[in-house]
Amino acid sequence: MDVTHAMQEGAGKPAGEYTPLGLMSGYRPNGEARLASGLGWFSMGLGLAEVAMPGMVARLIGVRDSADTRGLLRAAGLREMASGLGILTRDQPAGWVWARVGGDVMDLAMLGLAFRSPESEPRRLAAATAAVAGVTALDIVAGRRLQLAPGGRRFQYATRALTVNRPPAEVYGFWRDLENLPRFMRHLESVRTTEPGRSRWKVKGPAGTSVEWDAEIVEDRPSELIAWRSLPGASVENGGFVRFRPAPGGKATEVKVHLEYHPPGGRLGSAVASLFGEEPEQQLQEDLRRFKQVMETGEIARSDASEGLLGMKPGRPAPAATYEDFARGKR
Amino acid sequence: MRATCWHEKHHVQVDEVPDPSIMNPRDAVVKITATAICGSDLHLYNGMIPSMRKGDVLGHEFMGEVVEVGPEVRNLKAGDRVVVPFAIACGRCLMCQRLLFSLCENSNPNAWMAEKLWGFSPAGIFGYSHMLGGYAGGQAEYARVPYSDVNHVKVPDSLSDEQVLFLSDIFPTGYMAAENCGLKGGDVVAVWGCGPVGQFAIKSAYLLGAERVIAIDRFPYRLRMARDKGQAEVINYEEVDVHEALIEMTGGRGPDACIDAVGMEGHAPGAAGAYDRVKQAMMLETDRPVALRQAILACRSGGTVSVAGVYGGFIDKFPMGAVVNRSLTIKAGQTHVQRYMQPLLDRIEKGEIDPSFVITHRMGLDDAPTGYEVFLKKEDECMKVVLRP
Repeated sequence: MDVTHAMQEGAGKPAGEYTPLGLMSGYRPNGEARLASGLGWFSMGLGLAEVAMPGMVARLIGVRDSADTRGLLRAAGLREMASGLGILTRDQPAGWVWARVGGDVMDLAMLGLAFRSPESEPRRLAAATAAVAGVTALDIVAGRRLQLAPGGRRFQYATRALTVNRPPAEVYGFWRDLENLPRFMRHLESVRTTEPGRSRWKVKGPAGTSVEWDAEIVEDRPSELIAWRSLPGASVENGGFVRFRPAPGGKATEVKVHLEYHPPGGRLGSAVASLFGEEPEQQLQEDLRRFKQVMETGEIARSDASEGLLGMKPGRPAPAATYEDFARGKR
Repeated sequence: MRATCWHEKHHVQVDEVPDPSIMNPRDAVVKITATAICGSDLHLYNGMIPSMRKGDVLGHEFMGEVVEVGPEVRNLKAGDRVVVPFAIACGRCLMCQRLLFSLCENSNPNAWMAEKLWGFSPAGIFGYSHMLGGYAGGQAEYARVPYSDVNHVKVPDSLSDEQVLFLSDIFPTGYMAAENCGLKGGDVVAVWGCGPVGQFAIKSAYLLGAERVIAIDRFPYRLRMARDKGQAEVINYEEVDVHEALIEMTGGRGPDACIDAVGMEGHAPGAAGAYDRVKQAMMLETDRPVALRQAILACRSGGTVSVAGVYGGFIDKFPMGAVVNRSLTIKAGQTHVQRYMQPLLDRIEKGEIDPSFVITHRMGLDDAPTGYEVFLKKEDECMKVVLRP
């Protein structure tokens, strides 16, 4: 689920707005990303106009409408569209935003040259120059903010919800004892309560490695919400919250979990990445499913395949059954 | 122990595999005394079900004697004689509490696979692909039964294995198919497919108040059983046009309820059958819904189409217009066996039905590969194969 979507749903105080790490403010769709995508669409629109109607654009900005001008405008239009496309389609559009800044400088230079031409209309030229200068400023702001976004990378997050057929107080109580988490969160090796509200987390990494950090509970509303985050100085900045809400009918609990972490670089990063797996949402879904199993049945469902017995290999490999697999009768 | 293992399409063999053991507190291990090959096992045999792997232990119709129970099992002990339902249910989730056991939310450890194909996952099933849990099946000497406190019915010594074995699947499956018809008394029910499930659907329709049952198949011996044991009127679809025949037999109105006991590998004579075979071969559809289409088109307006046959994927040319414009009800589902085992056992004890009438072949476990082949090819008038480990 998309975080922006998660943040929009829920009534009263939507738990989705709960951001224990404050990292959400750095998430692209909420800040600079919105600016960047605005600039991207601006590029596309301007570029299209320059390519399709260079004569009209020339008259608008007050330069002489000649074959040369049209050629220049068409070229500038193609450049605009390229950077627009880059900004809109890339995960990390900082580079393309800086490309826009370069283009702005070229445009300003050409507008400067146009002032010398006797056939230009100075008033319109001045207006166009002011507009380009303004856009340039915006481009620079967006470029800098995108570059300064934490770690230069998007943080990782996952949000999932599942209904557990037990009352909220019981479900909350089990989760509130954080030492229970490794029972159903497969990549957690241990959580040890060190003092009230504080705990030490240990995560299994690849090839026998492990990562540890200290965390604190930052909000605790019985039967409603638990939020935690790593303490400052942790090797991996991370946190999450779990929200409990009575399900319709009053007997079950809707459990919604949000996890986020800041991927560090290097080997540590890959060790931590295993906490979330290749697909963080899928991993969280499986963890939640096991949580539900423990709460409802007192055990985690195990089959010969899940245990790798009887020639049946563990059923967790990436390829999933698709329509084509089904048609083929095999996976 | 010895177990019937899937190797590839049209290749099963009895292999030596490790004995099962208690993995979870609510488990039991059962020493199997009788097990059967199900028509739906033929879908596996024909390679129609995805996520099968070499070495998977087959079989979801089995019974036997409890030899070991986990520490949380209070209602079973070593020596108890039990029949085990094919779909595995935890008994605690919302679906189980609503008696929709085959939709158990907890029993499929590979739920993610089924979710990709079906949106949500149903219950795990013994010996029926990794997508449905990757549980070793019961065509073996022993089987591990998860949540065994819920997944069993104890059977009295006064009844033979052959009389109670089919409580595991096909009797409840035929019964639920008839129950889903919502019979009100005086109804005409048409049943496509006179395999074992079809035979039990016929019997169950009468048990539930049907006035007439019409059975449709192409094998004379199956139609003969439907007529002689089930008191059904019969239609051989290779000899007559099913739709025309049904209209004629029902005074121009169509059957009140239609049961599809055929499923994804249906056959039809002529162009219609060829159409689906080609589409399936070209991977343009996964299932051949010839019986389902016929059932929908033949059903009386306002009637019910009950689907007991297995469908796995996607079908083509589904007559939705008939469903909507003629107010048809479609009911379907894997059987919620746990709901029916005790009441149907009671009917067997009272002598209302003896399910062993469908058995035509009795073999040792080691003959399982022969059993599959004979059943698939309908050789020797094969209706139902029971294996004894």
